[in-house]
This record gives sequence, C-alpha cells and structure tokens, in this order.
Amino acid sequence: MPTPTITASVTIAGETVPRVELTPVAVDLLRNLWEEHGPLMFHQSGGCCDGSSPMLFMAGEFITSDQDVRLGQFDLAPADEPSQPLDFWMSAEQFSYWSHTFLTVDVVPGRGSGFSAEAPRGVRFLIRSELMTVITPFAAAAVTDRVGAAAAAPPAAAAAPS
Amino acid sequence: MTVYAAPGTPGSKVTFKSRYENWIGGEWVAPVKGQYFEDITPVTGKPFAEVARGTAEDIDLALDAAHKAAPAWGKTSPAERAAVLNKIADIIDANVEMLAVAETWDNGKAVRETINADIPLAADHFRYFASAIRAQDGDHAQLDGDTVSYQFHEPLGVVGQIIPWNFPILMAVWKLAPALAAGNAVVLKPAEQTPVSILVLMELIGDILPPGVVNIVNGFGLEAGKPLASSNRIRKIAFTGETTTGRLILQYASANIIPSTVELGGKSPNIFFSDVAQEKDAFYDKAQEGFVLFAFNQGEVCTAPSRALLQKPIYDSFLADAVIRAKKIIQGNPLDTDTQMGAQASNDQLEKILSYIDIGTKEGAILALGGERADLGGDLTGGYYVQPTIFEGHNKMRLFQEEIFGPVLAVTSFIDYDDAISIANDTIYGLGAGVWSRNGNVAYRAGRDIQAGRVWVNNYHAYPAGAAFGGYKSSGIGRENNKLALGHYQQTKNLLVSYSENKLGFF
Repeated sequence: MPTPTITASVTIAGETVPRVELTPVAVDLLRNLWEEHGPLMFHQSGGCCDGSSPMLFMAGEFITSDQDVRLGQFDLAPADEPSQPLDFWMSAEQFSYWSHTFLTVDVVPGRGSGFSAEAPRGVRFLIRSELMTVITPFAAAAVTDRVGAAAAAPPAAAAAPS
Repeated sequence: MTVYAAPGTPGSKVTFKSRYENWIGGEWVAPVKGQYFEDITPVTGKPFAEVARGTAEDIDLALDAAHKAAPAWGKTSPAERAAVLNKIADIIDANVEMLAVAETWDNGKAVRETINADIPLAADHFRYFASAIRAQDGDHAQLDGDTVSYQFHEPLGVVGQIIPWNFPILMAVWKLAPALAAGNAVVLKPAEQTPVSILVLMELIGDILPPGVVNIVNGFGLEAGKPLASSNRIRKIAFTGETTTGRLILQYASANIIPSTVELGGKSPNIFFSDVAQEKDAFYDKAQEGFVLFAFNQGEVCTAPSRALLQKPIYDSFLADAVIRAKKIIQGNPLDTDTQMGAQASNDQLEKILSYIDIGTKEGAILALGGERADLGGDLTGGYYVQPTIFEGHNKMRLFQEEIFGPVLAVTSFIDYDDAISIANDTIYGLGAGVWSRNGNVAYRAGRDIQAGRVWVNNYHAYPAGAAFGGYKSSGIGRENNKLALGHYQQTKNLLVSYSENKLGFF
C-alpha cells in the first residue's frame, strides 16, 4: 500500500480546520528517522541561511514555551499500530504572520540545516504553502492600495515578467 | 574582463585536495569514525572534494587541543597577538585571487564580490582587531584614599563558533578575529554547505598560529554542531543562523551557564522618500543602485534590503526605473569578473526561494520582474540559479515577513513619515535597514526610529570593520565588527585592593 499523506490533528483551541500536512515522501523519511532516533518534533524556523525551514529534533530537545504555538500533531503510525505522535511548533510571533497559510511539509535534496535530524541523509524538509480557505488574510483593497496604479490593474499584472 | 579557470582545470588559481580532514592541534586529523561527505559546488551542482564528517568524538579532540593551547595563548601580550593577526592579514592580502576563487567555488557567489569584498574585508578585519586589542585599556577607580578597584580584561578560555554559509570566510573571520585578539582558543564549525574555503585559508595561516589555538571540525549540525554548542568545555558559543537553531543554542548555553551571541537574520526595509527623485542626478542613480542591492550576493545576506518602501508620489516612476536597472543584472559563470549575480548556495536554498515565489503569487503579490529559476546553459545548467525577482504587495504578506535569502524583493508604498516607520518596524526582525533622503533631518530621524541594529543612511551593504553590527528584536544578541565584540570574548576581573594598614574593626 502506498504511503499516505498525513494531516495533522487540530491543536489550537477554538479552531476546527487542520493547518499542516506531510507529503508521502515526508512520511517515509520521518518514519525512518523515528526508527533511528525515537520520538521526534518539528519547530518551524525563520530567518537567515537555513531559516524558514521546519527543523526536526528529538522530542523535547527544543524547549517550547508560551512563546510558541502548536499548529498540529501528526500520527506517523500506520493504521492499527501504536501511535507515533509528532508535534509541529512555531514561535508565536512568527505564527502571527503565517496564520493565514496552510503548510505542507515536503522533502527535497539538500545539504544541511541547523541541527535538523534529516540533514545527514542529504535531504531537507521544505515547507510548501497554500492560502487557508477559511481565512481571508487581507482585503484585496489593502494590496491594491499599496502598489502602483499600473500594477494594480489586473491585465498589467499578467504581463509583468520579462 | 577575466574568466578564472574552474578548479580542477588547467590554470586554476586554486587546487583543492581531493579530501579534507579536520584541523585540530595544528595538524590535519582524520575523523574518528572515518566518515566523509561530498562538498558540492553550486556553480555546477557537482561534487569537488570530500570533507570530514565530524562527530562528538572529533569535537572532543578539538576541545582537548584548544584547552591545551588556551592558557599560554591567553597569557601572550596584546602586541604578540596583534602581530599574529597582522601576519594573517598580510597572507590573506597576498592570496586574494586564490582565496576568492576558492570561496566562489564553494559558495557560488560572483568572483567580483569575493575579490573586492569578502577577502579584502577579511584581511582588514584581522588588522582592525589587532589594533583594537592593543588600544584596549583596563580600568581603575580610586574608591577612597586607600582603596583602588582595578579591572582587567581576561580571555574566556575556549570558545565555540558556528559559521553560516553565505560568507564562509568573512563570517568565520568576524568571529575569529575578536576571539583570537582577546586571547581565546577556538573550536569552529563551518557550515556543511561551504566546508572547504576556510580550510584553504587554514592551509595558508595554520603555521602562524600556535597549535590548538584554532581548531576546525566539519560535519553536520546534529552530529558536530550540537556536541560543540552543548559542550560543558566551552566558555562561550557564538552562532550566526536562524531563529530556531539560535534558540536551541541559547538553551544549551543556559544549561552550561555560559554567554552566547547569536545573529539570526532579518527582513530589512529599504526606505525611499520622495525627495530622492527630486532630480535625476548622481544621487538618484545611487539610490537606484541602493534599491537593486537586494540582488547582492544573490540575496543571501542577513541584511539584504528585501523590503523596498517607496513613497507614493514616486512609487511608479522610481520602481519603473529600478526594474529596468534590475533587468540589466548580469547572471552567468560566477568565475567571470563581469558576472554580477552567481548561484544560490545549495539545492534546498534554491527550492526554498522558489517556494516563496509560489506563495507570493498565491497571496496576490504582483510580479514585476523575474520569478523563475534561471538556466544558464552548458556546465551551469546543473547549478542553482534564480532570476532577480521583484514583487509588489502588502507588508502583511509572507513575502514581506520572511527572510527568503534569495534575490527576491518585496516592494510596497507608504504615505508619509509615520507610515514608513510603522511599516518598517512591522516585522519580527531588526538587523538592517536603509533610509534614502536628501533631507538630512528626515534621514536622521528615520534612522533613529527604525528598530534595527544597523541603519544605512544614503548607502547600503557596506561592512567596514569598526561599524558595529548586530540585531534588535528577534535578529539576535551581541555586536560584531567593532571593538564591542572584544567584550563578548572577555571576562572581567576585578582586583579590589586596600593600601591601608588599618583593620576594618568589625571583629
């Protein structure tokens, strides 16, 4: 049976829609790393060289606090096997700018990143993003107010690359 | 125009070894576990050398060597240490082209930058700290007629340093120069994306330093970085990187009760007030260049001016001129001195940049230039190249809030001074910023009101030794590039001396 996509459970109080998922290749890699290291956790990074990537640590290695938000919890275990919970965390201040996007954890070939556990395998976790369908991040007017008259007109937008 | 021969081909300025071991105790030492990893050049995407895959065992060997060297090195006079630092600077100066080609091959950046910026700045940085340590005085206070308080600077002992990949040699030197000037021994871990160029430098300067004063262990963060950062045998840990690893390092430092300086990136605003376009003169030309500097070093700079804020009245015209200018950026072989933008440092970096271009489009940002991977053909097809990219949008978009670390600029407008400062400070970071105005009063006030450690006024991307560099807010703790950095590598010893013959009279 092919590896499934895994969607995280909802862990933010008052919310009903998941915020994070794993691609099948991410699931395979995480199951493999779990065998090597035991329980794991993600903390989404921001800034600089290796930033804006999800960092994978041994569960509890990174001390979270009230300054962090738990976006969801994955269960890596195949059906009918004991649960393998993996939390996905982000700093609260970063979440305030990310909250309107749905995050998919994918894997790409790469070299190194902070102390993240997958790096020695020659791969990196990568975030792909979609807009949350249930949240309107900013009114369309807010964007057009901030760009030039020419660019704000829809036809010009499509013609831009050159 | 010069095109430097690629390493591994006839006439190359640098000949890499096929395999690099760790530099420990003044000699090359094979990794204890015997494992190596391939170093890939982003120029072609192909491996060019094997590098030691260090582990906790190698970090321990390096710490042994550092602890052996630290006491004697810490007791050398400032003049002796300054002489060593000046000698290192002379050797760097005498080998600029060789080091520049090595750095370009390891990192992917254009050789005109390594020749004119990275490597000469590294030499100058050693000279600055050679001077700074000689000019540094202790302190004393006569507390009363017979009591004097003396304050001495003492080295911390053995310190750990973890280096980023965007300026592999220069960022190592930013940390090494103050640490060595202050009399510390160092265990340094380069970034695994760029592990070799610093070793090429060590081949040149290794015999100038006493064995064990500088030790370099390569490897992955989890396997080599963590054992270094969490060791109870270092007296300080310095790190440049991102927020999550920065917090983890501060956490390890707290467990050992040692200081840590961390530089954690930014999302720097570059503000252009209307009067910039008052005349189409040399200053306007300079400001236009200042806008296009988002593409400097392929955007892989913690202080990249990645948010351009244009005042409404000049928004359309200034942006139109700047887009024309950005279109003229020459992308090509990084070893060609005419090339202005080279390769991104790694494949995952390339993928991350493309993922941000994707979310920018989804969020409704408007593409004004670029937006795709660049295929430069020939051997460079496998390299990691991205077109210079300009988006227009709104400061709440993720494009405006996250450090993409690529040649991707987010542009928005502001109405007046207060709006400009409000947008500029609406970010979790505070590392760099730019202010452009012909009105000195406005420029000064804006410079003071922006919450960032470095505000360039009517210039950008200059990094002279002597100008303090470091972050506000989530951009980190500590200052480099200035004599203040000596304090991050020194302990304060207070001798409180009584010159009185008389007892206190308490007992």
